Amino acid sequence: MSELETFRAEARQWLEENCPEEMRDGAAGEENICWGGRQWRFQSDAQKVWLERMAQKGWTVPAWPKEYGGGGLSKEEVKVLKEEMRKLKCRSPLESFGIWMLGPALLKYGTHEQKLHFLPPIARGEIRWCQGYSEPNAGSDLASLQCKCEDKDDHWLVNGQKVWTSYADKSDWIFVLVRTDPKATKHNGISFILIDMDQKGVSTKPIKLISGNSPFCETFFDDATAPKEHAPGVSAIVGEVNRGWDVAKYLLTHEREMISGGAGSVGNAMSSRGMGQVAADEVGREEGGRLADPLLRAKIAQAEVDGWAFLLTLERMKDEAKAGQGVGANSSMLKYYGTEYNKRRFEILMDMGGSEELEWEGERTADGKRARNWLRTKANSIEGGTSEVQLNIIAKRILELPGA
Amino acid sequence: MSLVLTEEQEMLRDAAHGFLERNAPVSALRKLRDENNPDGFSRDLWKEMAEMGWAGILVGETHGGADFGFVGAGVLAEEMGRTLTASPFLSTSILAATAFNKVANDAQKQENLPKIAGGEALYALAVDEARKHGPAKTAMQAEKHGNGFKLSGDKTFVADGHVADKIIVAARSAGSAGEQDGLTLFLVDAKAKGVSVERTQMVDSRNAARIRFDGVEATGEDVIGEVDGGYMALEGVLNAGRAGLSAEMSGSAQQAFAMTVTYLKERKQFGTEIGTFQALQHRAAHLYSEIELVKSAVLKALQELDANYGMAGPICSLAKAKAGEVAKLASQEAVQMHGGIGMTDEYDIGFFMKRIRVAQEMFGDGSFHADRLAQMRGY
Ligand SMILES: Cc1cc2nc3c(=O)[nH]c(=O)nc-3n(C[C@H](O)[C@H](O)[C@H](O)COP(=O)(O)OP(=O)(O)OC[C@H]3O[C@@H](n4cnc5c(N)ncnc54)[C@H](O)[C@@H]3O)c2cc1C
Repeated sequence: MSELETFRAEARQWLEENCPEEMRDGAAGEENICWGGRQWRFQSDAQKVWLERMAQKGWTVPAWPKEYGGGGLSKEEVKVLKEEMRKLKCRSPLESFGIWMLGPALLKYGTHEQKLHFLPPIARGEIRWCQGYSEPNAGSDLASLQCKCEDKDDHWLVNGQKVWTSYADKSDWIFVLVRTDPKATKHNGISFILIDMDQKGVSTKPIKLISGNSPFCETFFDDATAPKEHAPGVSAIVGEVNRGWDVAKYLLTHEREMISGGAGSVGNAMSSRGMGQVAADEVGREEGGRLADPLLRAKIAQAEVDGWAFLLTLERMKDEAKAGQGVGANSSMLKYYGTEYNKRRFEILMDMGGSEELEWEGERTADGKRARNWLRTKANSIEGGTSEVQLNIIAKRILELPGA
Repeated sequence: MSLVLTEEQEMLRDAAHGFLERNAPVSALRKLRDENNPDGFSRDLWKEMAEMGWAGILVGETHGGADFGFVGAGVLAEEMGRTLTASPFLSTSILAATAFNKVANDAQKQENLPKIAGGEALYALAVDEARKHGPAKTAMQAEKHGNGFKLSGDKTFVADGHVADKIIVAARSAGSAGEQDGLTLFLVDAKAKGVSVERTQMVDSRNAARIRFDGVEATGEDVIGEVDGGYMALEGVLNAGRAGLSAEMSGSAQQAFAMTVTYLKERKQFGTEIGTFQALQHRAAHLYSEIELVKSAVLKALQELDANYGMAGPICSLAKAKAGEVAKLASQEAVQMHGGIGMTDEYDIGFFMKRIRVAQEMFGDGSFHADRLAQMRGY
């Protein structure tokens, strides 16, 4: 047996022995995600036990080095672990912006001390992070951000406003893009700073989305502070002062990959009941088994062609990265295509759902679950950089078109 | 399996790329067209391809082939798609080789595979009878006659039909048009009595033919595979052809796109390169994304044919549907973004648009394959 197959067998056995039965419902939706953090209330004992066991093993972040709370697994091993988790329908034990975004940025740009200090609490689900990038006047043009950060010898003083900060009201710490040099050119005066939100100077105000949820906030900094060092040798700034734009951009590529991977939930749709079957239940079949609505059927079939080809592209890009090939800016392509596809899929789901799925409240539709999800998908092509911005990036970085 | 080429496959691609750019660029196709070449391809070129092992890319080493598998064949098809190289590769080296590899008996293998690998004989696959693809729609009759059969019917859109030495033809030995059961595959000599071939001049300047079979006699030895049970065998061969055409279209789409991006950087209007206009940038970036999806689907289909031949139907349909639609988009965007020059015969883009149109039609267009996928997925 190859080493990888030995690992597979061991992983499978460990998962079988350690994953609680309640955590094996695979399809668990967004409402069942365990986000962790100081404010987190576990939905069940099983959720808590599952997180603790996986964290103990380093498998909440299997690819991170062991000394930082990870599992120290190779890319191949991570793939095997994910496969085995999928086969047993194990839920993910923990998701967070710390895992998706800050972690990879720290691993690349952080010092050893910063990694030792910040990464293990992320891996264990103890500290929840949020992302302070966008401002009222800095959206797509993120580098025009104005949130001010002054050097006060032993600490940094932060004043300004962020907006669309997802889960800010539920988070403990925030990574923020701030302007440390107002005289420098746009991209050169920005720093990437880590701020504890548990202080008077930081406040948040939820904003309600069209889907009825309020997962994001305005975040205000009024004389908020961060010590120069959060602990001996642990700087509050990641990377160099005024060089935060590099860190910011690198983090965005991870955010985009994460969002396009989320659109890969079509993956489940391809392997289990796809849109076609759902449609057959909802609008019925003709004699012979075809969907009763031929135009809907055509739309679904064409969408499934694109969805499957997209999934294969996610897979190919991962394999290319493993082989040391591929183009970094392809995360923009995946983000663009995946989110546009997800929106298209939900438009079709709404088409087939008809009037039933237009109910907004009540048990029959679980409070308008599909309608709310449909509305939520509209943000996919805005958050993490809009589709138009992704197309700009492809034009500039990959196609190298002039003036892009 | 990892969705990347192996080192060996990459070497093949690089070698093919260089060879075709030197020996079979688009201008070679233009020349064949302009001189009204009776074959529609260069026999010298085909001989060289055979010497390099391309003709026998799917043929096992025991029969003198290179045994590179479907991914290898796809790599070559993709490169030929970039240069629009006219050759009997699809019909002889993919379709016929697959039919003999997967369906034929030992004697037939022994007789035909070495000829394919050596570039000594050309083959064609005759399936369709109407304007749209549909193997089950086969009406051509294979009437039982003594110990053998009499074949009668008309076939159309037969790639390389006018140059083939032998024709693999699907005919109905039982049942009626529309049924999957009752099909049989025959190997017929192109010079046999009752076979008449009419070369059709197609929009892509490549070779195709209409073939009439008028009481052509065939014996049991001419049957490839099972009598009456040829449908699934034929589907397998067609899947290989679909994957090959998808790879070819992927290459053509990539090349048409590359020419377009180059043009966007060169052509100036309003005092600046037209590539600075965001309306064009976004369309180009979208097309880039679509082409990346095509590459993934095509590679997966080829890998699946190698690893899991009998189960490759759905993924081959995916590849054919996606590659066909995207290649059409690529050629349309190419012409539009070139403006007037894109409409001229002198410029090469038109050749891409024409070949893609034909390739996406052959063995099922995007609608055919999306429909097939929907059926396979139970709706
Ligand atoms: C659900 C959700 C969660 C989010 N979470 C976070 C978060 O946690 N942290 C955070 O910092 N931010 C977050 N955001 C903010 C998000 O990153 C911004 O909304 C996004 O970058 C767009 O900025 P904007 O809203 O200011 O739109 P604008 O930049 O004003 O864009 C308006 C329109 O103009 C287009 N446009 C702008 N510039 C160009 C251009 N150069 N070329 C072509 N078209 C252009 C855009 O594509 C868009 O269609 C979130 C957003 C959403 C919807």
